[in-house]
Amino acid sequence: MGNARKVTRLHGVTAALLAAALALAVLVAGCGGSSDSAGASGGGKLDVVGYSTPESVYQESLEPAFEKTAAGEGISFSNSFGASGDQSRAVVAGQPASVVHFSQAGDMERLVEEGELVSKSWEKQPYGGIATDSVVVLVVRKGNPKGVHSFDDLQTKDVGIVTPNPFSSGSARWNIMAVYGTAINEGKSPAQALEAVKTVLEKTVAQPGSGRDALAAFTQGEGDVLLSYENEAIKAEKEGEDVEYVVPSSTILIETPIAVTESAPEPAAEDFLNYLWSDAGQEIWAENGYRPVNPKLVDPKQFPTPKELFKISQFGGWGKVNDEFFDDETGSVAKIETELGVSTSG
Amino acid sequence: MRTASSARSRWSLRTLGLGYLALLLLAPLLLIFYRTFEHGLAPPLEAITSPDGLHALKLSLLMVAIAVPLNTIFGVGCALLLVRHKWKGNAVIDAIINLPFAISPVVIGLSLFLLYGTKGWLGPTLSEVGIEILFSVPGMVLASIFVSLPFVVRETVPILQEIGTEQEQAASTLGANAWQTFWRVTLPAIRWGVAYGVVLSTARVLGEFGAVSIVSGSRSGETETLPLFVQKQFDNFNFAGAYGASVLLALLALTTLLAMNVLKRKEDA
Amino acid sequence: MSAHPASATSVPAAPRAGIRLPGLGAGLGRGTVVLYLSVIVLLPLAALTSQAFEDGFSAFWTQVTSPQAVRSLELTVGASLIVVAINAVFGTIIAWLLVRDEFPGKAAVNAVIDLPFALPTIVASLILIELYGAHSPVGIDIALTRAAVVVALLFVTLPFVVRAVQPLLIEMDREMEEAAASLGASGLTIFRRIIFPNLLPGLAAGVALAFARALGEYGSVLLFAGGLPDTQVSSVFIRSQIESGNNVGAAAVSVVLLSAALVMLAAITLVQRWGSRHERSSGGGLTLMPMSGADITAEKDDDENR
Repeated sequence: MGNARKVTRLHGVTAALLAAALALAVLVAGCGGSSDSAGASGGGKLDVVGYSTPESVYQESLEPAFEKTAAGEGISFSNSFGASGDQSRAVVAGQPASVVHFSQAGDMERLVEEGELVSKSWEKQPYGGIATDSVVVLVVRKGNPKGVHSFDDLQTKDVGIVTPNPFSSGSARWNIMAVYGTAINEGKSPAQALEAVKTVLEKTVAQPGSGRDALAAFTQGEGDVLLSYENEAIKAEKEGEDVEYVVPSSTILIETPIAVTESAPEPAAEDFLNYLWSDAGQEIWAENGYRPVNPKLVDPKQFPTPKELFKISQFGGWGKVNDEFFDDETGSVAKIETELGVSTSG
Repeated sequence: MRTASSARSRWSLRTLGLGYLALLLLAPLLLIFYRTFEHGLAPPLEAITSPDGLHALKLSLLMVAIAVPLNTIFGVGCALLLVRHKWKGNAVIDAIINLPFAISPVVIGLSLFLLYGTKGWLGPTLSEVGIEILFSVPGMVLASIFVSLPFVVRETVPILQEIGTEQEQAASTLGANAWQTFWRVTLPAIRWGVAYGVVLSTARVLGEFGAVSIVSGSRSGETETLPLFVQKQFDNFNFAGAYGASVLLALLALTTLLAMNVLKRKEDA
Repeated sequence: MSAHPASATSVPAAPRAGIRLPGLGAGLGRGTVVLYLSVIVLLPLAALTSQAFEDGFSAFWTQVTSPQAVRSLELTVGASLIVVAINAVFGTIIAWLLVRDEFPGKAAVNAVIDLPFALPTIVASLILIELYGAHSPVGIDIALTRAAVVVALLFVTLPFVVRAVQPLLIEMDREMEEAAASLGASGLTIFRRIIFPNLLPGLAAGVALAFARALGEYGSVLLFAGGLPDTQVSSVFIRSQIESGNNVGAAAVSVVLLSAALVMLAAITLVQRWGSRHERSSGGGLTLMPMSGADITAEKDDDENR
């Protein structure tokens, strides 16, 4: 056996090859896979990160339409959508984002505070930095067999409610504030209003992670009534699901914030946002069931105005509301959820 | 055993066993094929050939192209090591190699997420030199390698044990060096086992969902593999897209099964 | 080639050469293997464990004993136990049919058994929800229920027992069975007394692997059973904790699952060590670890005795 040295070389060569291959593969994949979003001339890549429901609007309508405009030529998109709170945390954890669109302002503020990823003055954008509006509606089975017409009905009637978990989903927080706000505006005290929230949560049979997940659960047979965005209800009807929806006379105006991130490729990102606020963009939103922020474009037949529409500003804005109601440990809703045995960390 | 009762028991066994398979495996599979093409070829085809769909397919294939060769080289080398060299640590190596069989893909994804994240041990350092692991292809490659690690080793080891060293020794005495012996004697003997392992690894990488879902962020057009694409389409009520991609993956799976069967026969021969 | 003096002393007289590299070569190879395994497997798992205990043991414990974590663990373990029991029975029956029976299409059935292995789990979820969900053509709707968890797990763990038992059945010596039959034993007795004990090592290994797989299963359960509090298995729970930013909680429950997996692997190794006292089958096939560490380190005495 006189091959000791040659044979050593065999293993040495294999070892070196393997190490080199591994390193090379990772590097090549890293360079080839990730796109050059910074400094790409004559085009660019926008990473859109948003809350769960508008995914198809972006992917199927807004982005293709923008790409056809002069400003949008050569721009390509990557998309990531999910529960608003989760998406916000993912961006803080490093997920690439150029344009962020959340369902409540608190998820935007997290990016300002925790990563300086979005400018403090995002609210000074057109329309206060709000991309679209909606309202909280009650989605029911076709024919509304349980006769649910308002948030008060939720408390008095025998229904199983579906609403997302407020600690992962922005949609859920709107739902809860709609219940709370309706009670307050009827003249109830804050404590009584919280009781109303508690009653609703007690009757909740499912708390999925996001607004979209909640719709999926409802259409698959869970519960009798779903609390959701008007645009989700419209989408469900369009998809031919066996449901209908009720716009309560007292409900909250859902305002979903949007902004560009500090690392976004410019001017592409700004151009995209301006497109979303343009008449063309807002009409696309309207076609998909979202209320335009431009009041001139709101068709009252498609989007009836509830008699007692209120806003989150009535309660001090999301900053205050998130602290008071939805803080993981000290929030009043967190306490209710813990009492009911529901996870307050998602 | 040719009594009437044994014929009866034979038939009841058949009904039980085959009925179970029909309900659990066959029926769902057939239904998906039916639903996909219910409204014709166009809707699923359109979804698959959309930019995101094509990108997802390419990305899945890229994962295979990187992870499988690496694990094959590793697998053969490691098998040689384990079988031909006695070492106290071999049992530990063997145990580690078995881990991917038993760990949840979510746990795998989380581990990678924690290691390479912004607060992880390696994340910040790598970021500084411009290497992004998470939300990007490298992380997905690492996840793919992790889950498909054992297969080539597992298939090669028993063959190496069985064939013994006589032929290799003979080659050596005839003057072949180690490399020649490997190429001309060992490799041909283990090739069907290796091929089988490669097919298994490929299937595993193509089908990987949970771990990749966590490390990639499932960014469509960027880090969305075909299985992730299926989930995304389903979530958006795009059933044609979800079914279309599922059928494609199912066809790939059936091809894998075919390859597995052919190779298994050659391996056993 | 004349024998090199150094190698002459290092090569033992026993027939164990071949691609064998004394000294540096083997060391380098081993080093590479260890490095590869460390980077790919060990380092991430270490980071996981470290995160789980980052805030101390009591924090770990709080996370693991939170109501939802416990609920998901109960569901996961419970469902997994039911599933491996069912598949142990059906898997054996199917293996029996494949080995001892003849029927048209047997080859196709044999091939199709591995489908749950080759099919992406998310596709499994989709096909199950189509057939047994809200839009079911046969009117069976078990989506978003605990039953869905069981059915999904049955699907993905089906091949394990079949493939573990099949080789043993193939290899089995029929003489004893025939002797017993000629002595008047019934089919059931023969199975119970003769066949079953021989299958036990394979069955046990298959069950253990199926159990480990069921504990950690994610994709197939995700769409079909959903993530509602009552139907949330541990892997889905872990995922939701990650999304909520509760890394410690996610890592803590992951460590629990990981420990269970390690226990299962140890059990399989023991079973195979026990089983290797008997005649070893060729071990090919998708199975589970055809040869575990037991055989590799035990330096098969058979070889030397030949």
